[in-house]
Parts: sequence; structure tokens; C-alpha cells
Amino acid sequence: MNVIDAVSTLNAELVRTEFPLLDQKINGRPLVYLDNAATTQKPRPVINALADYYLTYNANIHRGVHTLAEKATAAFEETRETARAFINAASVEEIIFVRGVTEAINLVASSYGLTFIEEGDEIIISALEHHSNIVPWQWVCKKRKAKLKIIPIHESGEIDIEGFCSLLTSRTKLVAIGHASNSLGTINPVKEIIRLARASGAVVLIDGAQSGAHVDIDVKDLDCDFYCLSAHKMYGPTGVGILYGRRKLLDQMPPYQGGGEMIMEVTYEHTTYNDLPYKFEAGTPGIADVVAFRFAMEFILQLGRENIFLHEQDLLRYATAKVGELPFVTLIGTASEKVGVLSFIVDDIHPFDIGQMLDARGIAVRTGHHCTQPLMKTLGINGTVRASFAVYNTKSEVDELVDGLRRIIPILRP
Amino acid sequence: MTIDQIQDEIVDEFAALNGDVEQIMCHIVGLGRSLPAMPAIYKVDHNLIRGCHSKVWLAAAERTNLMHFFADSDTIISKGLVCLLLRVFNGQDRNDILNTDLYFIKRNHLGRFVGTKRSNGFYAMIDQIKYSVIDRPGASPEVITSIL
Repeated sequence: MNVIDAVSTLNAELVRTEFPLLDQKINGRPLVYLDNAATTQKPRPVINALADYYLTYNANIHRGVHTLAEKATAAFEETRETARAFINAASVEEIIFVRGVTEAINLVASSYGLTFIEEGDEIIISALEHHSNIVPWQWVCKKRKAKLKIIPIHESGEIDIEGFCSLLTSRTKLVAIGHASNSLGTINPVKEIIRLARASGAVVLIDGAQSGAHVDIDVKDLDCDFYCLSAHKMYGPTGVGILYGRRKLLDQMPPYQGGGEMIMEVTYEHTTYNDLPYKFEAGTPGIADVVAFRFAMEFILQLGRENIFLHEQDLLRYATAKVGELPFVTLIGTASEKVGVLSFIVDDIHPFDIGQMLDARGIAVRTGHHCTQPLMKTLGINGTVRASFAVYNTKSEVDELVDGLRRIIPILRP
Repeated sequence: MTIDQIQDEIVDEFAALNGDVEQIMCHIVGLGRSLPAMPAIYKVDHNLIRGCHSKVWLAAAERTNLMHFFADSDTIISKGLVCLLLRVFNGQDRNDILNTDLYFIKRNHLGRFVGTKRSNGFYAMIDQIKYSVIDRPGASPEVITSIL
């Protein structure tokens, strides 16, 4: 797809009307919500689905024999099928509901990692990773006396593929990498990384926290072993996510948590486990949230992922040009392929001060290290200001951001 | 001035800004610029109050039963906030400090800064001031004399 020539047919102003929260004032000014990499706002169908569940068919799932339980179970499983189709997984058994990407990675680290990683083995992550794709692997490496290796990045915030190749060895058992960077926006060449890693015999996990709402995802085409998504970054509820796992691997992995739902039979002496995907879904899940997540995925599909991508690319190009030309501003992360994330620093001004002053003007951005402290250290900075875009953002909101920066930078400069 | 007289003064000062959040922020920035430089001897990791976004250093010294505080931050807004706290507490009796109700925060609509501990450490600054009154870190009398 040539993003320069292609034009989104999406009408962001119309899309906004589906998001009631956006229609409010913060500190006397219209809200400009540019913190979508942290969490997205929720469209009416998602909010209505949550209310409808609690108003009309709340019941525990899978075990009940009554009508409400049947209805709740059907709605819950419908989301699983929608998720399967959303990422083009082979079967619903490969879709595990979790609390989000963090839990998905912890599940794989705890179950797959502690079972199959041995002393002297290697796990590879990149220098762009969120803490949630670092810490669980550190734990595995510490417990198994394995080695954690870091793929270097170029100054632009792009992965050094040659550097990655040089890290791959016969002891590399797992590669865990983000599809897109939450701090810089870089879209990583995951298909190439997966191909190289799998050719060397490694299993690959993709952290899709920053890609789920923004780019097309096809796990068959990617040929990854695990793919993780968080619903709340995809216009869905908080506390829900998906772990996709290749069935062959999921079958070999021990359960992550013990409890109800995940068992086949329990005696005091022994427990046999349920089939996939329930083996990994101990306890009562966030049923309403899972049910409503389906409406978030359908919302994305109805708008069209290519449309959304093109719209956000348009905003990113516009914002990059406008913010990039401001005096004292340095853009951080200039990869050629990015999701709608614009990170920047301003000479002699702490990002926190920028964020607070923008908030006074009703503009919500994120400031700080964005849970990527090692990346910030690599870049030699303490943090950035991050504006991140979603389908409902408009160029006039980018103008508000730029006007805000023009006003506050002289106030904050020493 | 008593602590409450100073708080009332601050309340009046902010009231003149008519609740305009941007003006309030600019005022806090101005206060941050007015914060006296912290003696280098106190700007050490031991005196660092760790917040999620900003670094704040705060140190206490006592002379003739009155408390004196010194602070700095890497963000101008945190400097402004700690400046307000120092204005209220500097030169005050330790018992008065411990028994103070910091009503100026609520009346000046500064609650947004104390709403979350992770946001900027304003709560932590207050906690640290009170903690330092209860269990004052030792500073040599010569250093205190040279500063005061």
C-alpha cells in the first residue's frame, strides 16, 4: 500500500460522534485527547454492550444450565470467534482471554518459558520494548540461568536487523518483540524478524499492544507463535486481552493458573486439565468486558483497518511537520514506518511541565519514560512528550496541540 | 506570620486568578522560578523524593526550635509547588507544622496536583516535610549556620 497516495475515506468528525466522552470540556476548553497509546476512548456500541450485559443477561458462563448462563456463554464465545477472525487464527482454541498484553506475556513467560527455557539458552528482545516485555523475560532468565539479549536500534528508532541476525544462535529459544513501539511509534519489521527467528529454531512472541487498533494483523501470514492484544487500546474495555498461541505449543504448555474452569477432573491426589482454550482461563473472567470487546473489534472492522491506518498516517505526517518545525523541539523516533505516535522533547523543559501546561488547555498527552526506561537510557533522555492518535482525532486537534506548544514553550523556557 | 496567615495570603493570591487553570499554572511556574537555589550540600540522592515524573530534593534543618527547608526539582511546576510548601512551613515551629491542616491546597483548587501520588510527588513532598519534622535528618550545626 502506498500511504502517500492513498486517501482515507474515513470522516473523523462523524466517527467522533460515536464517542460520547470526547464531547466535553477540560479546564474550560474542548477536550483534545491525544493519549491513545495509553488507552483509547470507547464508542457507543461498546458502552451499550457493557450496559446491556448487566441490564439483561448477567450470569456466570460455561457451567450454568439456565437461559441467562446460556446467553452469556454464547456472547462470550462469540467474542472469541470475532477475535479469531480479527487476527486470522486457525481456530478458536488458539484464542486465550487474558487481562491484557501484560498478562499474556506473563502467561507465556511463566508457562512456556519456565518449561522450555533451559540453562544457557537465550531470549532476545529489542531495545524498544515496554517493561511488560522485559521484566517477565528477566525473571525467566534468572530462574533458568538463561541469557537475555537485546537487539540494538538505529538513531531513528528502527531495529538493527543485522544486529538481530548477529544475536541469533542455536541457543536462542525465544524472541519477544513489539509490533509497534509505544514510545516512538516505530512499526517493527516483525514478519522479517519472525522469519529469521523461526529459521534459527526460535519461538516468537509479538506484543501487539500498539498495533491492534492501527494495523492489519494476520497471525497466519506473520507465522508467529504468540501474539498479544489489549482490548482497551482497541476501543474496548479495560482488563481484557487476547493471547493467540500456536495450538501445537499451547498443547505442550502447562496451565498458568489453577482454579475453576481450567480443570477436567479434580481429586485430592491429582488434577487433569480442561481442553484448550479453557486450560488457560482459570476463574470467572471479565465476562461483560469480553462480550463488549467484540463490539470494539467490529467497530474497527466496520471502519476498515486500511481506512484507519491511512487516516492516522495523515495525522502523523501533519503533526510531524507542524510540531517538528517548532523552535527548541526535537522529534524522538523518526522511523520511516510508524503508527500514530509523535514523541518529542523541548530544549531545557521537562516533559512533565509540558504535559501539565497542555492539560491546562484541555490537551491530554503522555509524558515521561512511557514504561520504557531502558530505551530512554539508550536514547540518552529522561523521557518525552508523546502525542498519540486514534481514529477520532482530527487535524484541528493537532493544530490545538501546536498552538498550545507555541504558547507554553516561551513560558516554560528558563 | 502564622502558618494559617500565610495560607490565607496564598488563598487570596490564587483567588485573583479567577480559577483560570492556565493562569494558575503560569503563577506556579513563576513561583518555581522564585525558589531560592538549594545548597549543593543538600542536593544529594539521600534527599530525593522519588515521583513518577519529576525529581524533587527536600532537606530540613532546625534552628532555635524552628524548621527550615530547602528544595529543588527538575521540573519547574514541581519547584513552584514545593515553593508554596516552603513558604507555608519555613521558620515555623515543628508542632505547628505537624498539626497543620493544609487548606490552601483545596481552596486554591490545587487538588489536581495531590490527586495521584505518582503524578508529581506533591503528597510525597508534604509527607517528607512532616516526616523530617518528626525524625529530622542530621545536618551539622556548622552547615546550618552557614546557610541560615
